[in-house]
Amino acid sequence: MEEKTPTFDPNQGTEQHRAGKTDKSRRRFFKLLGGGIAVTFVLQDAFALLSDSGSAPSPRKAFADEVDAWLHIGENNKVTVYTGKVEVGQNIRTSLAQVVAEELQLPIGSIDMVMGDTALTPYDAGTFGSRTTPSMGPQLRRAAATAREIVLDLAAKEWNTDKHTLSISNGQVLHPGTNESKTFGELTKGKEFLKPLAGDVPLTPASAWKVAGTSVPKVNGEEILTGKHKYVSDMKLPGMLYGKVLRAPSFKASLKSADLSAAKALPGVVAVQEGDFIGVAAPDPQTAEKAIKAIKVQWQEVPQPSRAELFSFLKENASGGGGRGSTRKGSIERGMNTATQKLKSSYTVDYIAHAPMEPRAALAQWENGHLTVWTGTQRPFAVRDDLARAFGLPQEKVRVLMPDTGSAYGGKHTGEAALEAARLAKAAQKSVTLTWTREEEFTWAYFRPAGLIEVYSGVTEDGTLTAWEFQNYNSGASGIHTPYVVPHQQIQHHPVDSPLRQGSYRGLASTANIFVIESQMDDLANLVGMDPLAFRLKNLDEPRLRAVFEAAAKGFGWGSAKPAPNHGFGVGGGTEKGGFTATCAEVAVDPGSGEVKVVRTTTAFECGAVVNPAHLDNQILGAIVQGLGGALFEAVDFGNGKILNPHFAQYRVPRFKDTPAIEIIQLDRKDLPSAGAGEAPIVGIAPAIRNAIAQATGIRLKSLPLVPKGMKGMLGSR
Amino acid sequence: MELRINGKKRTVTADAKTPLLYVLRDELDMTGTKYGCGEGQCGACTVLLGDAAVRSCQIPASAAQGKEITTIEGLAQDGKLHPVQQAYLNEDVFQCGYCASGMVMSTVALLRAKPKPTEEEIIGFMNGNVCRCGTYPRILAAIKEAAKA
Repeated sequence: MEEKTPTFDPNQGTEQHRAGKTDKSRRRFFKLLGGGIAVTFVLQDAFALLSDSGSAPSPRKAFADEVDAWLHIGENNKVTVYTGKVEVGQNIRTSLAQVVAEELQLPIGSIDMVMGDTALTPYDAGTFGSRTTPSMGPQLRRAAATAREIVLDLAAKEWNTDKHTLSISNGQVLHPGTNESKTFGELTKGKEFLKPLAGDVPLTPASAWKVAGTSVPKVNGEEILTGKHKYVSDMKLPGMLYGKVLRAPSFKASLKSADLSAAKALPGVVAVQEGDFIGVAAPDPQTAEKAIKAIKVQWQEVPQPSRAELFSFLKENASGGGGRGSTRKGSIERGMNTATQKLKSSYTVDYIAHAPMEPRAALAQWENGHLTVWTGTQRPFAVRDDLARAFGLPQEKVRVLMPDTGSAYGGKHTGEAALEAARLAKAAQKSVTLTWTREEEFTWAYFRPAGLIEVYSGVTEDGTLTAWEFQNYNSGASGIHTPYVVPHQQIQHHPVDSPLRQGSYRGLASTANIFVIESQMDDLANLVGMDPLAFRLKNLDEPRLRAVFEAAAKGFGWGSAKPAPNHGFGVGGGTEKGGFTATCAEVAVDPGSGEVKVVRTTTAFECGAVVNPAHLDNQILGAIVQGLGGALFEAVDFGNGKILNPHFAQYRVPRFKDTPAIEIIQLDRKDLPSAGAGEAPIVGIAPAIRNAIAQATGIRLKSLPLVPKGMKGMLGSR
Repeated sequence: MELRINGKKRTVTADAKTPLLYVLRDELDMTGTKYGCGEGQCGACTVLLGDAAVRSCQIPASAAQGKEITTIEGLAQDGKLHPVQQAYLNEDVFQCGYCASGMVMSTVALLRAKPKPTEEEIIGFMNGNVCRCGTYPRILAAIKEAAKA
């Protein structure tokens, strides 16, 4: 395409300092995007990313407000948004397009989202921590609004009128005085406009939203329903081989000896040994499997703790406290002196698995010293950096792309399959695809941390909390602080060198911490003879949390409805990542079989202004169902470095039959900024179920999962 | 080996024992059918043999010979979605969507066997299909909608 110099830039002054040194990058950028365009840059990284020197943007502070994205309006009125965020089922491909459509007054179909491609999108630390909606969303809104103002300025100049008299609708600027209209493309006339994000650009308030705030359907719903969407494990390249890795028999095992000759002798097979890594690439998966089996190998295994000793291990191997989240206020001793009732409890939480339906997968291609890897990861840029490091390549010679992936839930922060596929592809000098088996996913991925949590709490007769000591071994810091008003608190987080590989999870440690807080609150209410909800509200100031407790209780019929015999009601809630949630649950416990069934739940959730009610509903629904698994039965069993239940037949996940009637109440706060919603709604379900079981049976369970084998044998002890 | 898939005859070279799933995905590039566990435990690989839903990871390709195999790619006709797909689309069911084709194929089999299933029958039939995103209530709503259509 012919390169042009901008002849008019409404905000040229602000950009001049950059323009000189970035001319070259700018030309490349426009060349890449093509067409006559108006562009809004967000931050200078865009220039670096596209510069000839290849100095890719470097990771800065992960959660700064400086979230990068850029947006391009083509001559055909097509808007393309470039963001490093990725889609793993949260439906942000839809919700981000919605906020852009809102500010530009365009149909949602005019917006194309380019996501998680390290060659095309600006650096992004990753898609986690419920950060997309509160940080990327507003940046894209500003970017879109900035572009809108450029278009209005152009129209005002063209028609020689005040831009405030003009309006925008359906990709056109309208001149109400003359009834003239021009599309965005017609106004930009093939010229190039480069503008940084304007901080002071007017944004459409949530109360005036027409596209954002509505239930726009999943933008690629039809591709998914027809099987056309290509997940990484579906992608193919000509001549590609199928990779498979030889796994150690247990964690931390080291290779003593290996003989790959029989594998290498198989037709078309490439077998690789690099240190303790052994893998093969073969023309088809069956041959790859045969080749792996043909490798003769000896391992040196090391003894390791097993699940039976997990919680004593965590306590004995804990650091002295002081981990992230540790705080102290007042004095536990003084708080306890004013208490009339004291309660000391110890809770345990097992490791659980994310078990995404699409296991880890990658497709790797080497071409002229450049490595391209398609992989399902929440952190494509981190995986790019890992690959660059592993192969001694500069970052610009590695490209990682992330097509919409078969879920993650915090479980895909890493790039194991990417590294494996790239190693095999390098050795084979052919593209290699590699998909982990379910057993590999259950074994070699990472888990939500297990934990031991000890609570010592004091309360007065009238139900006022006086002291709260919270000792958390290994679970982690998220949600560790009680949201209730307690004058004397000591909160300690003791990190432990975990026996199993552990990492992020939906809601992180708050699934454990809030379970414990809300269980303990229930037992304290019981101790002072108060209604559990009234007891919470008596000790709670935070208005947003109060509001969801009250809304959930009202919807559920708390206080008005009474549980049937062998049924119980329970409540639990908390706040995490800017979302506020409360869940009421009804359980039925069969006195004969001991089977525990969650009959119905009501969840009230508030995360500021709702961007897409139907998809928010879906996230809350998903959190309730997933949380129900961790509450009732999910647990990773392990012994001596081996996972003992690495199959769906052994590791039970929630199914249709486990799903209760789920009622969801959204509190849409159009006056508050939108927060993420993929994680927070998970935190109330486990304590609500636990507390409902307590009401039904009198048994106050203290472990997650609560009833992996039902309650047979427990009920007689009443 | 000759297979009949979505109304077309396909000749495949895979070993007779190779599970149908891999023949579809790897040899025929029909990747709408998903690998979820390879153990018949999750339903992601569900296809139809005749009118019956089967886990394609569990049956050797040879066992599908002589039968009509229907996959997700064969449901829409002339660019028009199958009523079950349309119902799922209307309900905006999915999050990650990886379980989608297995869910849809199981639903098609259910409604062929029982055009007006009760809620209990739906839940019983669909219990072998896992949606880790937890969209079960929406799937249930979509199946009820499809049964009305």
